[in-house]
Amino acid sequence: MIAKPINNRAWFFVLPVLGFVLFSSIVPTMTVVNYSVQDTMGANNFFWNGDQWFRDLLNPTTAIGQRFNDALFRTLAFSLTCLLVEIPLGIAVALCAPRKGWAVGPALVVVALPMLIPWNVVGTIWQIFTREDIGLFGAALTGLGLPYNVTQEAISAWTTIVVMDVWHWTPLVVLLSYAGLRAIPDAYYQAARIDGASRWAVFSKIELPKLQKVLVIAVLLRFMQTFMIYTEPFVVTGGGPGSATTFLSIDLDKIALGQVDLGNAAAMSLVYYLITLTVCYVFFTIMTQLERRRDV
Amino acid sequence: MTSITLDHIAHAYYGKPREDSDYQLKPLNHVWEHGLAYALLGPSGCGKTTLLNIISGLVIPSVGRLLFGERDVTHLPTEQRNIAQVFQFPVIYDTMTVAENLAFPLKNRRLPKPVIEKRVAEIAEMLDLTADLGRRARGLTADAKQKISLGRGLVRSDVSAVLFDEPLTVIDPALKWELRSKLKRVHRALDLLMIYVTHDQIEALTFADKVVVMNDGRAVQIGTPAELFYRPEHTFVGYFIGSPGMNFLPAEVEGARARVAGFDLALGAAYPDLPKGRSVQVGVRPEFVSATAGPGLPAQVRRVADLGRKRLAYVSLAGHPLVATLPNEMESVGDSVNVAIDAVNTHVYVDDIRVAGRAP
Repeated sequence: MIAKPINNRAWFFVLPVLGFVLFSSIVPTMTVVNYSVQDTMGANNFFWNGDQWFRDLLNPTTAIGQRFNDALFRTLAFSLTCLLVEIPLGIAVALCAPRKGWAVGPALVVVALPMLIPWNVVGTIWQIFTREDIGLFGAALTGLGLPYNVTQEAISAWTTIVVMDVWHWTPLVVLLSYAGLRAIPDAYYQAARIDGASRWAVFSKIELPKLQKVLVIAVLLRFMQTFMIYTEPFVVTGGGPGSATTFLSIDLDKIALGQVDLGNAAAMSLVYYLITLTVCYVFFTIMTQLERRRDV
Repeated sequence: MTSITLDHIAHAYYGKPREDSDYQLKPLNHVWEHGLAYALLGPSGCGKTTLLNIISGLVIPSVGRLLFGERDVTHLPTEQRNIAQVFQFPVIYDTMTVAENLAFPLKNRRLPKPVIEKRVAEIAEMLDLTADLGRRARGLTADAKQKISLGRGLVRSDVSAVLFDEPLTVIDPALKWELRSKLKRVHRALDLLMIYVTHDQIEALTFADKVVVMNDGRAVQIGTPAELFYRPEHTFVGYFIGSPGMNFLPAEVEGARARVAGFDLALGAAYPDLPKGRSVQVGVRPEFVSATAGPGLPAQVRRVADLGRKRLAYVSLAGHPLVATLPNEMESVGDSVNVAIDAVNTHVYVDDIRVAGRAP
């Protein structure tokens, strides 16, 4: 055994980071935790409320529980829809993208452009784009006699938000997949030709397995971002019509800042946070474990 | 039973070739005969892989025709040619087991299941992969992965040729010998045309019936290992093959005698009418130059290399470097030594090409 020297001075070097994390994350989070176990009658007088906020939130028969359930369901449905569209579409676009020559640069820039636009600008663009009086898209659909109205029609609002997210974030999946595809050595494609593999076999036996790692990252990123989506629906639909596009983040904002219902809002944000964390953790663990188990 | 014919095959990667130097592969005529093992030998960038890819169809040649038997396949895509190719780095299908990997080329060609199973079992047996057949290919070592690649190349029984593109680069030296002799055994068992690209002369000479030596996009000599050793047709073959390579000395040749570095040297043949005004060299392998206590050309010893099996003396013959073999009975050498040159194995090269002499 080699005796390792113990030197506690190392802790000094961690201190600045610790201080920063404390200031930026831990203190704000603990403030939320603090709110989630207390109630107030105003005038900055707080009293202990135990786990009552959480009980209400997770009980679908209470008003807040019902509201949370609905918003959670909507958000999950939204995330799932976006993932189901964006991941296959992203892979498909990456497969079609040019591999060499002068077209590579322009093609990638054009594909990546939507990602460079700030969230609220995307929202504003689409808010105007889909207006049925002056918006190009909205007016065109209305002109064709389709019942399209983002502010009054739940299905229109929902599809618009999904299409907007697909437009805004499929490029991320495209770029990740494209990078993954470019990393496959030419020899694999040549070997596949020698082996007489069909185009489908090349995709399913070479490209998809080699893309697995980047796709795990893509799914994780897209899940987190869609599950926490706020700005774009807030700008385009404001959560409406009714509460058709009121996702968790928008609902949380209404409860916390609209109704200043700090207890409910704090409990909700903590549960919201834990759901995101759990889903990502479980997904990542399953994917990496599956990979490991398959090798044996 | 098909042989492969290269009919004026040449290739240029960049644009339309205008002159000879535009070709990365210079025009080449050759027939690869069925059942033989060939090696394509040459330094990196000499066009070996290009030639291989032309045969497999991964590259379409700029000029010339490629025939499999009587059939013109020049423009046929790879999938439609009966060809197998093994690449430098292992290519395996990650998600499949070893058995599925080996079966893949057969499955794609829709062979009946029992045939596939039998063939996979045979090939796995040959390559010692039987124990791993049920395992996922991804978790295996680089050696095993390359064996799978080799197996996929050999598994089809109907191929016109199996092409190997430096397949043993990633393999451990100890295992290299074993795999190479295994390949040779497989070659005998399967009676296939095999073409093996390498830049390692030992690999080429031990594996192949015939070796194609390439340099700068040109096939400089095609012959058996013995022909390459005893009668190099080009100075490049002389010094690329053999270690160390052939000695070349500038000379003036008159009939059956050469004047080298001021000394008179007997030749094994007569060269009565050599063209004037060209560069003339005599070439002789170190194996046929020996230091001797008897009569010979006086040379200065620069250093002696003891290779264990043999000893070589690096000497200077009136300023010209020369490598000679030290015979076993000569225990030590001083600063100068006489060297004897074997006339029969001395060749004359004009502008780097060997000139055939007449019997004296």
